[in-house]
Amino acid sequence: MAEWTLSGALNRALLDAMDEDPRLLVFGEDVGRLGGVFRVTDGLQEKFGEDRVFDTPVAEAGIVGAAIGLALTGWKSVVEMQFDGFSYPAFEQIVSHVAKYRNRTRGRVDLPIVIRIPSFGGIRGKEHHGESPETYFAHTAGLKVVAPSGALDGYRLLRLAIDDPDPVVFLEPKARYWAKEEGELSSDDPRLGEARVVRDGDAAVVFTYGAMLTRCLDAAESLEGEGISTRVVDLRSLAPLDVPLIGRCARETGRVVVVHEAPKTLGLGGEVAARVMEEAFDHLQAPVARVTGWDVPYPPAALEAVYLPSVDRIADAIRRVTSY
Amino acid sequence: MDAPAHWAGTEPVRILEADGTVVGDADVGLSPEQLRELYRHMVRARRLDRECMALQRQGELTVYPPFEGQEAAQVGSAFALGDEDWAFPTFRELAAALVRGVDPAQYLAYHRGTWHGGPYDPRATRFGPICVPVATQICHAVGVAIGLRKDGSDACALAYFGDGSASEGDFHEGANLAAVFQAPAILFCQNNGWAISVPTGLQTAGEIWRRADGLGFPGVRVDGNDVLAVYHVTTEAVRRARAGDGPTLIEALTYRLGPHTTADDASRYRDEEEVERWRAFDPIDRYGAWLLASRHADDAFVRAVDDDATAWVSEVRAGVTSSDPPPAEWVFDWTFAETPPELARQREEALGG
Repeated sequence: MAEWTLSGALNRALLDAMDEDPRLLVFGEDVGRLGGVFRVTDGLQEKFGEDRVFDTPVAEAGIVGAAIGLALTGWKSVVEMQFDGFSYPAFEQIVSHVAKYRNRTRGRVDLPIVIRIPSFGGIRGKEHHGESPETYFAHTAGLKVVAPSGALDGYRLLRLAIDDPDPVVFLEPKARYWAKEEGELSSDDPRLGEARVVRDGDAAVVFTYGAMLTRCLDAAESLEGEGISTRVVDLRSLAPLDVPLIGRCARETGRVVVVHEAPKTLGLGGEVAARVMEEAFDHLQAPVARVTGWDVPYPPAALEAVYLPSVDRIADAIRRVTSY
Repeated sequence: MDAPAHWAGTEPVRILEADGTVVGDADVGLSPEQLRELYRHMVRARRLDRECMALQRQGELTVYPPFEGQEAAQVGSAFALGDEDWAFPTFRELAAALVRGVDPAQYLAYHRGTWHGGPYDPRATRFGPICVPVATQICHAVGVAIGLRKDGSDACALAYFGDGSASEGDFHEGANLAAVFQAPAILFCQNNGWAISVPTGLQTAGEIWRRADGLGFPGVRVDGNDVLAVYHVTTEAVRRARAGDGPTLIEALTYRLGPHTTADDASRYRDEEEVERWRAFDPIDRYGAWLLASRHADDAFVRAVDDDATAWVSEVRAGVTSSDPPPAEWVFDWTFAETPPELARQREEALGG
């Protein structure tokens, strides 16, 4: 069985997609000769040439804006924002144009653009290198927002994102780039927009995504000894949310925890909690618990552990909802 | 005649003086018929612009941004483009849209409030959607230019923007990308003296066209009220683009005779006297005087153009005011290629089953 890192699997997804579609381009800062600061585009320029894989000036708005123009001329783009905190110069292009072009043109113009953003914390990064920007994008109608948690899903979701006719903001958990996963790469999932039950259980359900998945699984594992059987769901698609699956899991367990790195207020946890209320109110045995980053700027490396949801915090929340 | 403040500094390329006197080479490669067509476009554009102001007051249009005074800048530049070339407007380029063959009723659907952006097909017309976040469209034009080049086409893309837009980051990012990739892009700035209430002197301490030098490509300053000069410099930029020589920045000096939009009260920031002074630089009077003096047209032609414009504007008006209101489901259509289940539920909630 093959072993893949997330970085390697994403690299392979780009390679396979470019192989299949000669009108697919990859561009951004340092994605060419260097292969990207996280090596996700490693070797692509060598294989596909500078015409299809190219470095750009440091100009995030220009990169995304150019991808729109390229789409108008029939070119598909996967662009890289080097870090979450550097995606903000492109925010206007993403929110005012990428998200709205289909609507504005009454469906005449697809923007099949994938905006890859190495995201979230946990890598002892400097300021601006540990942001969780998902709410900004998920709150914008017209965008799909996806966050893989590991290598196999990373491959699958990136292939699906590239094939999708709509623009996709693809948030890659930096903390998981080098984590290994065993299995075969495949993109045979039906479509974007579906969450996945990663671990079964019936006492409580934990909804999470990105790098927090492994911590949630660790917490669930540690609670087995206490006789608490915890289901863990990787949301994967943050926009649209898989509301039917969220509702079903909430109804079946009656106890819900949401976990994410992003700050609590108006984080995705709030939306998931509201959906749980709408879909499963009569089944709820406890208030929905949220385990999140705090409502503070992402802290420096020495204080990262204070900010990020820990296995202990997650386990405590599961105990809380199951003993309510 | 006093030159307006934002025209200070480098003399622009000029072929016709304000009174129509020839000061450059008036042979810009256009046939007599094309020369007359330029005039017809400008007259039609102005008449429609004024009609739109009236339609707004009558409640037939929502807020409208008039372009009176900028007809030569828009018509001259758009006329220099070929069928395969693209143009990207801001929200004040109705005259350019008309030259490009965009259906005015479709364009005005935007100002009527029936749809965003102008529901004309941007690919079929090669005219970008009406773009309000200023300067963002420059990056789109540059992307198109890069794409055209990758396809081996010799077409180019022109982006319109204003003196205010030139302060935006997207202007610099787009212009720099175009330069680095030698993209066949034309950055066409209509410096009309005012970004709403802020005069160009507070917008920039330099001359906009000079920025091209720092970015590594040519810039040119042109009298934007001289349609022949505008056509001439844009044609040269198009030639460079087709030849693979990369982008050109054009700063067309012009003047916005009207308010920023119908919601703006320009008397709060500029004297009517300044506006009246500017009428002496009127682009249509100037070109008309030359057409007559050079015998490319006669009084009968001028009258015929006027009659044509009257009939045409009334047709456009009828098309605009008779358009049906958009159906409610349009609120939901086209957000995604395939409506996600949650959005389908919201649609049902809003519209009923």
